[in-house]
Amino acid sequence: MTAVPTTRTPGARVLSATIRAFNTNKTSWIGLGVFLLVVVLAVLAPWISPHDPLEQDIFNKLASPSSKYWLGTDYLGRDILSRLLHGARYSLVIGIVATFMAMIIGSIIGILAGYYGGRFDLFTMQVMDILLAFPSLILGLIIVAMLGPSLTNIIIAIALTSIPSFARIARAPTIAVKEREFIEAGRSLGYSDARLMSVHILPNITAEILVMFSLWTASSIRTEASLAFIGLGLKPPIPTWGGMIRDGFENILDSYWLALTPGVAILIIVFALNLLGDGLRDAIDPKLKGEQ
Amino acid sequence: MKTFLVRRLGFALVTMFAVLTIIFMIVRVLPGDPAMVILGDQADAAAIAALRARLGLDQPLLVQYLGFLGGALRGDWGVSLVTGRPVVQDVLDVLPWTIELTVSALLIGSVIGIPLGVWAAINRNSMIDYMIRMVSLLGLSLPAFVSGIMLLIGLAIQLRWFPVISGNRSNLSSWALSLALPAINLGLIMAAYITRVTRSAMLEVLSEDYVRTARAKGAPWRVVVWRHALRNALIPIITIVGLYLGVLIGNSVLTEIVFNRPGLGKLIVGALNQRDYTMLQGMMVIYTMLVVGINLATDLVYGAADPRVKMS
Repeated sequence: MTAVPTTRTPGARVLSATIRAFNTNKTSWIGLGVFLLVVVLAVLAPWISPHDPLEQDIFNKLASPSSKYWLGTDYLGRDILSRLLHGARYSLVIGIVATFMAMIIGSIIGILAGYYGGRFDLFTMQVMDILLAFPSLILGLIIVAMLGPSLTNIIIAIALTSIPSFARIARAPTIAVKEREFIEAGRSLGYSDARLMSVHILPNITAEILVMFSLWTASSIRTEASLAFIGLGLKPPIPTWGGMIRDGFENILDSYWLALTPGVAILIIVFALNLLGDGLRDAIDPKLKGEQ
Repeated sequence: MKTFLVRRLGFALVTMFAVLTIIFMIVRVLPGDPAMVILGDQADAAAIAALRARLGLDQPLLVQYLGFLGGALRGDWGVSLVTGRPVVQDVLDVLPWTIELTVSALLIGSVIGIPLGVWAAINRNSMIDYMIRMVSLLGLSLPAFVSGIMLLIGLAIQLRWFPVISGNRSNLSSWALSLALPAINLGLIMAAYITRVTRSAMLEVLSEDYVRTARAKGAPWRVVVWRHALRNALIPIITIVGLYLGVLIGNSVLTEIVFNRPGLGKLIVGALNQRDYTMLQGMMVIYTMLVVGINLATDLVYGAADPRVKMS
């Protein structure tokens, strides 16, 4: 190697490593592209939606797709496409915020447990294992039912169900990294535990955590839609994809596209995020892909 | 082996105890008096007091806690507030439905998933491998209720091959027909998980020395793959599938709702909607027992199959 990498800033190094990871598995680019497209559509929803998502056209209830209503209308005569675009905002906000919260809390727990080890590690990880063992949908269901289905409570419930996975993912590499020489060197220089964990260990485990972030955002979006389908989502008339499927399911015999279109929307976003995360995981852990 | 057994059993008991305590706290500590929530804001004080007494909520917390623990261990989970029947009875009534659904889903998942995973692994990085990986990823991305609705629309409403509403079990053929769609739905999702687990487990095993030795000794490739490699890959497959049973249980809730099938999932959602606190508490105990039991069984199978586990 020439001296080039050493003259680069850490930011540039991370960027080039990320691009390399994406190039290892081209499907990650597709996943990222589709995900960003959905994000852009969701952000622009108020401006690009052909209709108001709450506006009812009582003369056009349960209308089939047409030039006026591209994806048809629901049982109240509301435009499906507009509701789909606005619904994306809720799905994305809940999915991303809940997973982000879980990532921060779970990573802190995992790094602390891995770094300090001993009884603290044993106890925390047993608690995490108990939570991990519980079916996340059932856990989310109970928490939302108890707290009430508000935006904050749904986010809290979904975040709680994903914290243990992040704790597990952060703990394993922490244990490996803390034995390395540079941590030993830092310790002998008198660096505090907090500094060692945040400045020296965290950057070394970021890749694993970010891959998990993408996979778990997919899972969170799926859980939110499932909760809404069961009837524990945001209250009507807020358009959520799971709620739209629930409404559409009532009319499945004669207007099946009402349930089908939001279903396909969920599939597209979850698949895109899984493609992204799966491709990146292959890149950072070639063993999983079977290259070794 | 004995130490391993004792440790795993001890951990299962501690877990069970911890989760039961959490469930007790969730139901009591969370904001809102259950009696008030059940009866509504308009209920008079006497009715609320009567219900509190019936639920045992007027007793000291410690007495309630010990009573709850004792009841949970004896299998006495109280009486449903809606049906007035013992929770255990309601659960036992629907349990066979959930068991037949999950077992057939596991069967379908294994029959499809294991051969696909092996096929992908032996054709690593080829077009076949790529296709199988994409399809299984697609399967993982489908929420169970979306795939269920798609199956309903396609096979029941459009093609009319299956009944739209399942539940008729008067004879063998109608039983099979009513089980088919829900089981296929859950089975296909399980197949996606099993395919991926099998593929990575097989890749690991195929790179082992004994596989090379078997090949060097002239054993046919097919024998090496199916007899030597798959047998060893099955251990991690079983373990990981055990971990995915949580996903299976969660997805069975959604499947039961879509196909309007009785079962534990429908029972818990009904209890949530009707604020049936005792039923909810009982269901949580059952799910905990299921999860802890499955984890324990998975650990023991793994421990019995792989001597290295016991050392750690």
